[in-house]
Amino acid sequence: MTLHRSLLLVSLLAVTLYAAAAPLKTDVAHSSVAAVFKQMNVPVESRFKKFNAQIDYDPARPDAAKASVEIDTASLDLGEPEMNREVAKKEWFNSAQFPKASFVSTGIRAAGPGKLNVSGKLSIKGKSADVSFPLTVKAEAGKQVFEGALPIRRLAYNVGEGEWKDTSMVADEVVIKFRVIAAQ
Amino acid sequence: MQRYTSTAVLLHWLIALLVIAGFSMGLVMTDIPGITPTKLKYYSWHKWIGVTVLALAVLRLLWRARHAPPPYPASMQGWEKSAAHGLHALLYVLIFAVPLSGYFYTLAAGVPVVYLGLFQLPVLIEPNPALKPVLKQVHFWLTMLLAGSVAVHVAAALKHQFIDRDGVFKRMLP
Repeated sequence: MTLHRSLLLVSLLAVTLYAAAAPLKTDVAHSSVAAVFKQMNVPVESRFKKFNAQIDYDPARPDAAKASVEIDTASLDLGEPEMNREVAKKEWFNSAQFPKASFVSTGIRAAGPGKLNVSGKLSIKGKSADVSFPLTVKAEAGKQVFEGALPIRRLAYNVGEGEWKDTSMVADEVVIKFRVIAAQ
Repeated sequence: MQRYTSTAVLLHWLIALLVIAGFSMGLVMTDIPGITPTKLKYYSWHKWIGVTVLALAVLRLLWRARHAPPPYPASMQGWEKSAAHGLHALLYVLIFAVPLSGYFYTLAAGVPVVYLGLFQLPVLIEPNPALKPVLKQVHFWLTMLLAGSVAVHVAAALKHQFIDRDGVFKRMLP
């Protein structure tokens, strides 16, 4: 009886621990990653159609959280097939050689209720840089909703070469806006 | 012969020049293959020109409402007067309709207009991928109708000047 109870306890504990350590299942269909930038001062927001996010997050232990995101660079949808083909070209994402952009967290710190500060490595077009940004997390219908924005400079990643280096045409600053929904 | 007011003359020629500039730029920019900085620049300029035409069209309509145009010469036939009147009405409609259709086309495409790169103009409709190709066609055909109407307008003005020699053309000269 005692043995049984201990076994039960141990297995329960194991299940709990396992559940806490298991990454959340990302609901990609309801999540979004977008690039927001200015073209001749006109605000443009376009979404990446294909990406994947792996988030390991336990509200009880936010500091132990981990996140990684992979984005198909050729999937940016600017609303015109001609433009979508353009951004996959060598001057922009060079998707043939660098099909994915990625973000891998190196540290996540709680910053007040529902707030996290995330640091990590952002890699685009073969160039990596350390970035950090705040994000908010809230529970919605049994799912966790992670939202945030990360401003970057496109030229630091060589996105927009040659005549596209002209920031009066396309601004250097690009904000990567995301909303990722995930559940156990 | 009684002339148009100098304000009416100024608005007529400003709009004429901008319509020609916007039309030419529209033809050139849509002919550039792929995407280049020049192409994007021309698109912005084209939109700024269109917005300017629309603003001038509003002023012109207000002015016209308070200042009756000089009457047609008595030498013109009844049908000629009706035709002239109808064509002028159509031109008025089109200097509103062409820029407005372009404006809504770009809004449907999700690209608001930032006039002169300085002021963002009102976003009156949400991006609408289904409406976008429809408005593109509407903008194109209204533009072609405007081009045709301008051609007839110019031909009529030249007929007045060189065939009828009735001084109608001179009433609108600066």
